[in-house]
Amino acid sequence: MKILVAVKRAIDYNVKARPKSDGSGVELANVKMSMNPFDEIAVEEAIRIQEAEATTETVAVSIGVKQCQETLRTAMAMGVDRGILVETEEDVQPLAVAQALKAIVDKEQPDLVLLGKQAIDDDSNQVGQMLSALLGWSQGTFACGVELKGNSLVSVRREVDGGIQTLDLKMPAVITSDLRLNEPRYVKLPNIMKAKKKQLDTFTPDELGVDLASRIKVLTVSEPPVREGGVKVEDVNQLIDKLRNQAKVI
Amino acid sequence: MERESMEFDVVIVGGGPSGLAAAIRLKQLAAASNSDVSVCVLEKASEIGGHILSGAVIEPRALEELFPDWKDRGAPLKTPAADDRFLLLSEKRSFRLPTPPQMHNKGNYIASLGNVCRWLAEQAEELEVEVYPGFAAAEVLYDESGAVKGVATGDMGLTADGTQGPSFERGIELHAHQTIFAEGCRGSLTKEVSERFELRVDAEPQVYGIGIKELWEIDSANFVSGQITHTAGWPMKSDTYGGSWMYHFEDNLVSIGFVVGLNYSNPFLSPFEEMQRFKTHPVIRDVLKGGRRISYGARAISAGGFQSIPKLAFPGGMLVGDTAGFLNLPKIKGSHTAMKSGITAAESVYSSLEDCRTKKKEVTDYGNNLKKTWLWEELYRVRNIKPAFHWGLFPAMLYSAVDTYLFRGKAPWTFKHRPDHTSLKLAADCKPIDYPKPDGVLTFDKLSSVFLSNTNHQEGQPVHLTLKDSTVPARVNHQLYAGLEERYCPAGVYEYVQDDDGTRLQINAQNCVHCKTCDIKDPTQNIHWVTPEGGGGPNYPNM
Repeated sequence: MKILVAVKRAIDYNVKARPKSDGSGVELANVKMSMNPFDEIAVEEAIRIQEAEATTETVAVSIGVKQCQETLRTAMAMGVDRGILVETEEDVQPLAVAQALKAIVDKEQPDLVLLGKQAIDDDSNQVGQMLSALLGWSQGTFACGVELKGNSLVSVRREVDGGIQTLDLKMPAVITSDLRLNEPRYVKLPNIMKAKKKQLDTFTPDELGVDLASRIKVLTVSEPPVREGGVKVEDVNQLIDKLRNQAKVI
Repeated sequence: MERESMEFDVVIVGGGPSGLAAAIRLKQLAAASNSDVSVCVLEKASEIGGHILSGAVIEPRALEELFPDWKDRGAPLKTPAADDRFLLLSEKRSFRLPTPPQMHNKGNYIASLGNVCRWLAEQAEELEVEVYPGFAAAEVLYDESGAVKGVATGDMGLTADGTQGPSFERGIELHAHQTIFAEGCRGSLTKEVSERFELRVDAEPQVYGIGIKELWEIDSANFVSGQITHTAGWPMKSDTYGGSWMYHFEDNLVSIGFVVGLNYSNPFLSPFEEMQRFKTHPVIRDVLKGGRRISYGARAISAGGFQSIPKLAFPGGMLVGDTAGFLNLPKIKGSHTAMKSGITAAESVYSSLEDCRTKKKEVTDYGNNLKKTWLWEELYRVRNIKPAFHWGLFPAMLYSAVDTYLFRGKAPWTFKHRPDHTSLKLAADCKPIDYPKPDGVLTFDKLSSVFLSNTNHQEGQPVHLTLKDSTVPARVNHQLYAGLEERYCPAGVYEYVQDDDGTRLQINAQNCVHCKTCDIKDPTQNIHWVTPEGGGGPNYPNM
């Protein structure tokens, strides 16, 4: 059995993102980048499955600029066996990512693909679903629990509005991780050293036969309006009046 | 619980300019003689440069020695220093003074020192230095002879009471033939080895300043590339050492900062508020008008200079950079001296590496070699300027002129320093300072400022600002000094709260930006700053 786990290099969760002064995007120059936290959870889950099942190989894949190698090295330091980078300078959008991942899946033939439910930079929440559709595989999204049942079934607990839904998926399958699936481990220093020696293959989109060109044009990125302070109302009548006439919500 | 260990020839604690310069030089020397030396750099920030905060006008002298081809290698020193102004401020006006010779900046560059460090780390990694950001050296390790044999990284995943949490990971021991401490101003491990090996016995006490910095993106109409402005005077009273910088660099960026000497005496003084107030001066306000603040941070600097330099080498280890105190205060620059000390330390270690490999050795050559360099001469010449400020701004300026122009730095005397925490007066003997309210456009409150430092510490870990005696804050600091830590801390870490048991000090350790001011200024030296979990602290971009 083999697991493919997809990792995105995204703006670090501690960094307060700000638009570029010309509004063309988010300022990324010299800003700390790290692995998308949901993907980190997916990596952790993949490694836990691997640690429980001795026969597994785990491969991490990332799509983007050369520096995504660092993100892959982090995944390998956590315990993934090897890495694949699809290197591109394009601003890759969800469909393109799903298509590139499909090309990698065709090459690697994994039994499971794990990825974060969304990335914290664009919050798209599309790649897992698109990949599942492109592959014609089962999907278990927003997973808060993953359990293998023999060689052909995987049980996925999903966080849904009303509570927890449990699905049994036929493998191969695509699973996207939610926040509560696990708590990723700390990377150990000696493992970072070892990760530097692990195999990392790089492909161009052309080599995979995929077109990563943007299909959506970003017109402008701007800061949300500054929130104004609230006011205290004297009584219920005034509240109703304000809701009706000022906020116009009732 | 046993720790894993790793072996290196040299372990360097801290990935700033001095530590990275030392690492690079060691590898360059090994490459030149076709031999091998294993070098590891530990950095507590989550990435290299993340905890670096500096003006910065950089004198490329040491960089030139490290990489004569630094321009071709793409070092991020892009804005040459241009118009250089030194202003004396009154509340509403400014007077241009002749720029003191130490502050001439021809040939220097305005840059982000954090970005320079990011670039240095890339160069180091190309030379196969092992660079590990996100790991704090938390403990010094000693061998049976008492010599330093390396450091250990902190445990990860501890809970607030010190017990092991679910993702607990034990720290790692890094053993080295020589350990270079490059922790920056007031390093926590340096503090320990300084006491243990009595490194400060023949030195004057170290004295400090706190620098508060904001990075602004300004209206291009106000931007003058390469312009350098330094000010003295308002809003400091003439008895308090303080001054500012404002540098225009890269694309419409302005680095603006204010330094207050930590030997200030009025416990009501707030360096943070002084910085905010300073920005309302017409000279500054007009430049920032229409701009937006994009980053904020603070860091202590060593200001003692020549007479405060401690013994630099001890069995198994040595000190480089600002943790040893090589900052040239009148020049308000320290990264060139930091790098030079790193280079010299590396050369000294390398030439005795075979000896070091057989026995943990004190590399005495380091201090001797450093004395022959321009660094020593440079710091010697300006040694009397900072202490003269003890007399107040105007006598000090007069003295500085005499010392610089008449004696040319060779006056037959050397002034002394006294430790900063001893200079405080009691709150009862001082007047509270009425600082203006922030307007949210030009001036800000502390919390919205700390927000821009991107600081974070993993929740639930033990508080890294430790108190030797937990009754002292309420009993001494609150009673006698009106709770001064609320004001000197630029990150809102310290807060006195009233509850049923009376007044209590609450420590919001998550806000900490690792400036070390509390460790320096606490009147009874009751606060001991230790490294939090690796990767914690600010994430400064472009600072």
